[in-house]
Amino acid sequence: MTPLTSCLLLSALLFSIGLAGALVRRNAILVLIGIELMLNAANLNFIAFWRYGSHAEALTGVMFVIFSIGVAAAEAAVGLALIISLYRHTRTTDVDKLNSMRG
Amino acid sequence: MSWVVRNLWLIPVLPALAAGLSAVAKQRQRNFAASLAIGSMGGAFVLSVCALWHAISLSGHAGVVREVVNFQWLQYGSEPLKLGWMLDPLTAVMLGMISFVGLLIFIYSAGYMADDENFTRFFCFLSLFAAAMLGVVIANSLLLLFMCWELVGLTSYLLIGFWYQRPAAAAAAKKAFITTRIGDLAFLIGIVWLYSQAGTLLFYDHGAGCMEQTALMHLVAQSAWLGVSASTGIALLIFAGAVGKSGQVPLHVWLPDAMEGPTPVSALIHAATMVAAGVFLVARVYPLMSAHAGGESALSATTALQVVTWIGAITAVFAALIAVAQDDIKRILAYSTVSQLGYMMMGLGVGGVAVGMFHLITHAFFKALLFLGAGSVIHGCHGEQDIRRMGGLKRFMPITFATYAIGMLALCGFPLFSGFWSKDAILHAAQEWSISRVPFYFGAFGALLTAFYMTRQVCYVFFGEDARDARLQQHAPHESPTIMTMPLVILATCAILLGVIGTPAWPWFDSFLNALPTTVNGSRFFEGGVLLVMLTSSLVVFAGLGLGWWLYGRERIVMGSADVLEDMQPQLFKILRNKFYVDELYQATFLRWNAWLSRVSDWFDRWIWSGAVRAVSYVVLGLSWVARSADTYVVNPGFDEGCEAVRDGGRAFSRLQDGLTQNYLRLVGVAFAVLVIFLLWDGGR
Amino acid sequence: MPKDLSERIILLFTIFAILTVTGAVAAMSLRNLVHSVLALTVAFSGLAAVYLLLGAQFVGLAQILVYVGAVAILVVFAILLTRDSGTVPLISGGSWRLLRGSGIVVFAVFGVLAWAICHSSVGRHTVHLSHDTSIYEIGNVMMQRFALPLEIVGALLTVALIGAVTIAMQEKEGRR
Repeated sequence: MTPLTSCLLLSALLFSIGLAGALVRRNAILVLIGIELMLNAANLNFIAFWRYGSHAEALTGVMFVIFSIGVAAAEAAVGLALIISLYRHTRTTDVDKLNSMRG
Repeated sequence: MSWVVRNLWLIPVLPALAAGLSAVAKQRQRNFAASLAIGSMGGAFVLSVCALWHAISLSGHAGVVREVVNFQWLQYGSEPLKLGWMLDPLTAVMLGMISFVGLLIFIYSAGYMADDENFTRFFCFLSLFAAAMLGVVIANSLLLLFMCWELVGLTSYLLIGFWYQRPAAAAAAKKAFITTRIGDLAFLIGIVWLYSQAGTLLFYDHGAGCMEQTALMHLVAQSAWLGVSASTGIALLIFAGAVGKSGQVPLHVWLPDAMEGPTPVSALIHAATMVAAGVFLVARVYPLMSAHAGGESALSATTALQVVTWIGAITAVFAALIAVAQDDIKRILAYSTVSQLGYMMMGLGVGGVAVGMFHLITHAFFKALLFLGAGSVIHGCHGEQDIRRMGGLKRFMPITFATYAIGMLALCGFPLFSGFWSKDAILHAAQEWSISRVPFYFGAFGALLTAFYMTRQVCYVFFGEDARDARLQQHAPHESPTIMTMPLVILATCAILLGVIGTPAWPWFDSFLNALPTTVNGSRFFEGGVLLVMLTSSLVVFAGLGLGWWLYGRERIVMGSADVLEDMQPQLFKILRNKFYVDELYQATFLRWNAWLSRVSDWFDRWIWSGAVRAVSYVVLGLSWVARSADTYVVNPGFDEGCEAVRDGGRAFSRLQDGLTQNYLRLVGVAFAVLVIFLLWDGGR
Repeated sequence: MPKDLSERIILLFTIFAILTVTGAVAAMSLRNLVHSVLALTVAFSGLAAVYLLLGAQFVGLAQILVYVGAVAILVVFAILLTRDSGTVPLISGGSWRLLRGSGIVVFAVFGVLAWAICHSSVGRHTVHLSHDTSIYEIGNVMMQRFALPLEIVGALLTVALIGAVTIAMQEKEGRR
């Protein structure tokens, strides 16, 4: 098992855990945490490919992850703000109860 | 061409305008309608007098003076259809007569109809009639004449049925309209035939009209079938129209029934003017009637003229016989009118235009007088029309009696009255007729009968004792108001004096119509049996009067007793009273055939045509059933299935859209897995 | 590369990987949300260590700063502001069917990923270690080649900040 593979496997595992959390937990904050985990798994992928791929000197993987972290920070801020706002309106953070978009 | 001729169209248009205006007038605007009608008629009368004066002033020249104004009415294809009006002595005389008698009757009507609810409507119809009649007279086109002719028929219908609430009036109007329609159909066929042969319907068009030499020669030369020339055929067809309108045998049945209309209408339309339109028509197309291969000759007896003569002679006697046994004052006069129209036809047939037209003019005056007198009597007797329930009216209605007596004497042909001269002219011409003497004997017998039935009527009405209903007895009969008696007096004057223009010594009328120089020559009385005929007719008249007086006036008629003649000849009298059963004959033949034909048509309609229609409809129904089945069981299920599928799909997809984000995420996960598998297996290569 | 160094790195990698996965699992499965967040910081920290191991020092530090420092605190604030989020059940009551469905999805995704990774030719590449990257280099690249994306991310962050404040702001009478 090469280092890259193990990194990718770790990433896949993290992604799956995040996905599981996002799918199973009903608390909106936990769903958001699951999504953050999946995002981090993706970041790990970038770093791994940067580290073990060619043209590491171009620093693309690193830069991508930096931007990704920035975007993730923004996403977390907006997401949590939305959750708080939703909570004010509905007095709940249970995503099963937030189905007013039902078709 | 003088202004009179140019503006001749105003004569019919004035009453027509009055009719239009009173048609839109309100029902209570009685004075407006009456004054409008009388005013317009007065205007027409003044213009007519001008026209007559103009025609007289021109009559000194040689040849018949005829002034025509033609205009193009419409153009179809390359054929211009022309209409026009004309002024010749015939027209001028008719114009004068119609507008004068019409004016008097309009005035009389204002009194007679004063109590009627639909006074305005009456004057509207009356004006329309006058317009149409004047139109008939001035028309220079057979087509225009026919239009006005039909308009006259229409107004006749409207006025007979004026009291349409009465079933008898409505039926009489219908009868008049339908009966005349039979003649008019033949007339129309004649017009079409004439147009197809001559190419024009203008009477006179500077040599190109259908009554002028060129066209007549062409018509005479054309042979229709069985050796009858086209001119004869057309003339007979046109004459059929005249028969219908003038109530000649066998289409006379409508005229007596037409007496259901108001009496002024009877006087104006069914005695003086409209029924004379038939006679006028024959006079107008006289060149066609008398046309034969040998050229134009007024007195030659062509086939058409022979038919006219015979029909006229038969009618004259036939109607007079019926009149003997009638009890209704207006009905007697109606049959008398039919009889006199027969005289006119006979006069046209045997003696030419002038003879017939002279009787027409004189008759118009005295018959209008008689009808108005009868109206006055009816008015005075509160609507009673049965002469057996009158009597002794001489005392109550002196003016009416005097004028009625004058009219009656004129009708009988009492010497020196106008009727004497005109009837005498007819008898004289009949006596000289080259074909047969029978019409002369018919005429003489008719004159006897005329004198007899008029005497009978006058005896019943004015002499004897009051035989009215006890119910009406308390209302004494009264003389009519001045507005009604005044026209009577004027007409009576005319009835006496009008004969002056046509005596054998000074045959002004004859000369005027035929454009001959007029001279006064007393010696003509002694030429060619004139005096003999006069004596004969006078004797006949005296005999009739005497016989009537002997039977009815000699002793007072006992109220409620049978008629004297009925006592003598009950069978014969019954036949006469029932008008020779003509109505019944028609009922038994034409009407029954018609009904039978209708039934046959109905059967055909119901079973053959309707069957065909129904079969087609069944075929269509079957086709539509097939189409519907296809629709229901083939097309619709397809669409229904499709729609159902779309709807189910939509429902299924909408179930996916449940608003739960985690479910979406699950789907995304599944889709991701599937995508990766796809890429690895196949897409990667 | 010396073998012991490589082995040490593998050891360290394994340790941090286990730490990360454990933290992640704990974060996703603990009933108490605050505990959950604490576990999350552990996972983020482990990941940061992995980054450091992989030679991405800047990223690892950024990870610690942003995730462990900022996002985790943000989440804690969110938990404290939403009162019903103190302790939540692991799964929605009785919805085992959904759980099963979710499990299938998760395992399908993981299986597919793992299978793909294991069978991919990527892993068999010879590992050639690149030179270490310094902050200087990153700064250089960031200010030159990636200047525009950097500005955009900066703008994005500003907008997100304002947006978050606007969304979460307490509604006043008559104005938002």
